[in-house]
Amino acid sequence: MKTLEEIKKDIESCYSDATVTVEGTSLVVPKERWLEVAKFLRTHPEYSLDYLSSVTGVDYKEYLEVVYHLYSIEKKEGPLAVKVRTDRQKGLVPSVTPFWRSAEFQEREAYDLVGIHFEGHPDLRRILMWDEFQYHPMRKDYVQEDQDRPEKEF
Amino acid sequence: MEYTLKDTPALETQTLEVSLGPQHPSTHGVFRMNVTLDGETILKLKPVMGYLHRNHEKLAENMSWLGSMPYTDRLDYICSMTNNFAYALAVEKLAGLQVPERAQYIRVIMAELTRLVNHTLLIGFLLNDLGAFFTPVLYAFREREKILDLFEAVAGSRMMCNYFRFGGVKVDVTSDFIPRVRQIINKYPKFLDEFEKLLSENEILMARCQNVGVLPKELAINAGISGPMLRASGVPYDVRKVDGYSIYNRFKFRVPIGEKGDVYDRYYIRILEMRESINILDQAIKEIPDGEFITKEGGVGARSPRNFKPPKGEAYGRIEAPKGELGFYLVSDGTMKPYRYHVRAPSFINLTVLEDMCLGQKVADAIIILGSIDIVLGEVDR
Amino acid sequence: MFGLGVLKGMLVTFKNFILSYFTKERLTTVQYPEERIPEKERFRNFPFLIYDDKPEDLRCVSCDICAKECPPKCITIVRDKDEQGRPLKRPKVFDIDFTICMNCGICEEVCPFDAIFMDHEFELAEFGRFEDLNYHKEDLLKSAEYFAKIRPSDAARIDAKRREKTAKAQTETQTQNPGTGPTK
Repeated sequence: MKTLEEIKKDIESCYSDATVTVEGTSLVVPKERWLEVAKFLRTHPEYSLDYLSSVTGVDYKEYLEVVYHLYSIEKKEGPLAVKVRTDRQKGLVPSVTPFWRSAEFQEREAYDLVGIHFEGHPDLRRILMWDEFQYHPMRKDYVQEDQDRPEKEF
Repeated sequence: MEYTLKDTPALETQTLEVSLGPQHPSTHGVFRMNVTLDGETILKLKPVMGYLHRNHEKLAENMSWLGSMPYTDRLDYICSMTNNFAYALAVEKLAGLQVPERAQYIRVIMAELTRLVNHTLLIGFLLNDLGAFFTPVLYAFREREKILDLFEAVAGSRMMCNYFRFGGVKVDVTSDFIPRVRQIINKYPKFLDEFEKLLSENEILMARCQNVGVLPKELAINAGISGPMLRASGVPYDVRKVDGYSIYNRFKFRVPIGEKGDVYDRYYIRILEMRESINILDQAIKEIPDGEFITKEGGVGARSPRNFKPPKGEAYGRIEAPKGELGFYLVSDGTMKPYRYHVRAPSFINLTVLEDMCLGQKVADAIIILGSIDIVLGEVDR
Repeated sequence: MFGLGVLKGMLVTFKNFILSYFTKERLTTVQYPEERIPEKERFRNFPFLIYDDKPEDLRCVSCDICAKECPPKCITIVRDKDEQGRPLKRPKVFDIDFTICMNCGICEEVCPFDAIFMDHEFELAEFGRFEDLNYHKEDLLKSAEYFAKIRPSDAARIDAKRREKTAKAQTETQTQNPGTGPTK
């Protein structure tokens, strides 16, 4: 597998105005360009990352982040971790379900637990919590309802 | 494949909506399928889950890194050892811990024994769904019991093992462990032969399973299907081979693949995988060295989980669990609690294609298609 | 021939049925209350507190480590105080809620004083759902002999460790204040 810097160069040569940054072991893609980059990674013969292993949301207090772990079954390569960041209020991120069906349930889960709205998802409903539930429990400011248990501080 | 009412002859018919589950013996737990039927043909199927949801991920954020280890047992409660394995692997990746040789071998032996347990049990329950009521299950339970006894003797518990620690395992195996594993792997092929004689050529089983619930190769890859289901669709992809995590690259084993990707292939692939697991076990118990079962660092971490603080960063560790690719995505902020802890549960994602496989099939087939996916609700709902 | 597979399968069930009367291989169950499978030494169920000679001599010093490390937080410890209100090294309250405990064995692992261990007792049916299963200090106490009986090799290892520790402590006190001897 190519290094992250090379992937970054490849993406930027294809989409000249996309600003992809490398942070640690992952690639940070702006959410406006994420769909194009996803299509590129999915279809480009040099990558053909056809297997989306995991999608998850992380709440970093200032912003929300969606983390994708991509593998290539064809080339037996991977993982490539891609991060897409969004604001906390609206939390809009384009859905990659058209490219990888495996995102279908996982994006629903990220919507349910972290509150990221995936635009273009065919059926964005709550999946684990019940429909009437108001909050997103994996957010850091979520207050647990069950307060009768004595909290023990470490 | 689109099935509409127009496909049936010009009869005045109505669709029927049936809610299969959540309390239904065929749904393997509290799982519901909202099915729209035309006669007995399935037009639409929407899985409903979350009845067993306890927010495992949030719980983990409120306790020490080791504190989540017993909770991972409860994800896929049939194979707790592999859940421990995946979590330990991810944390070791994050903290950069080494694992001693002997512990690596113990881990592999435990993981492969777990695979035997899971696949044997799955076949039994699949036959239950098919209507062969409880005879195959009890044969499967009988064999599984021998392995669970072994787990109990080593780890202290039959199902909730909580055996792995960061940098090794909790205690060394007992002195009679290796002979007992050898005994199991000597007898298991005979049991599998007998099981196959009972099932594989059975005409009723073949008629019910062949060409039912076909999952095409492209869809399987695209939908992130993993494990025996992916291989039954003809994709030779096994994380043990591809990643070679732990010490799997030292063993010789084959990756069986199916041809059609129907229920029968998914059933048969599991028998073949069990034979390969026995093969790995055979090599592992021959090669297992003496030595430490946990590193010194890991031992200290196990005795005081509060002082175990992986450096800032993130890690994604995955293994080939019996149900598919089990991954843990962990983010550490350098404290004693995980900042983010995410489980990529194989049976949850494998359910994505349930509707695609069931469309156009009969209701009774939906039950066995669900059975062949091999779900455990503890893992689906988390 | 159609139906041969079914017939072969029936033969297997018939073989199992007949042989279950003769071999232990095919019939692994036992008649439970009358007949019991011997317990494995490492089997763990719920925790208990260990005392050495008298029930007052608890090994527990109420350090609260197990209560903090317990993943479901089922242990409650309150430290005892003497008449002047100074904290003593023994627990006043030591409750374990068995409805919450998940038998993971982490308390046993983290305890630096070898005071809490996992028991083999599993027949714990009660009539009440909540208070009856909240075990208090008195219910949890068990002697060191009992521990040595259920888990002989662990007990031997731990006793050896403890003896070594006390011996070391004794020599240290002797070197520090020679002539006074060990204080008990």
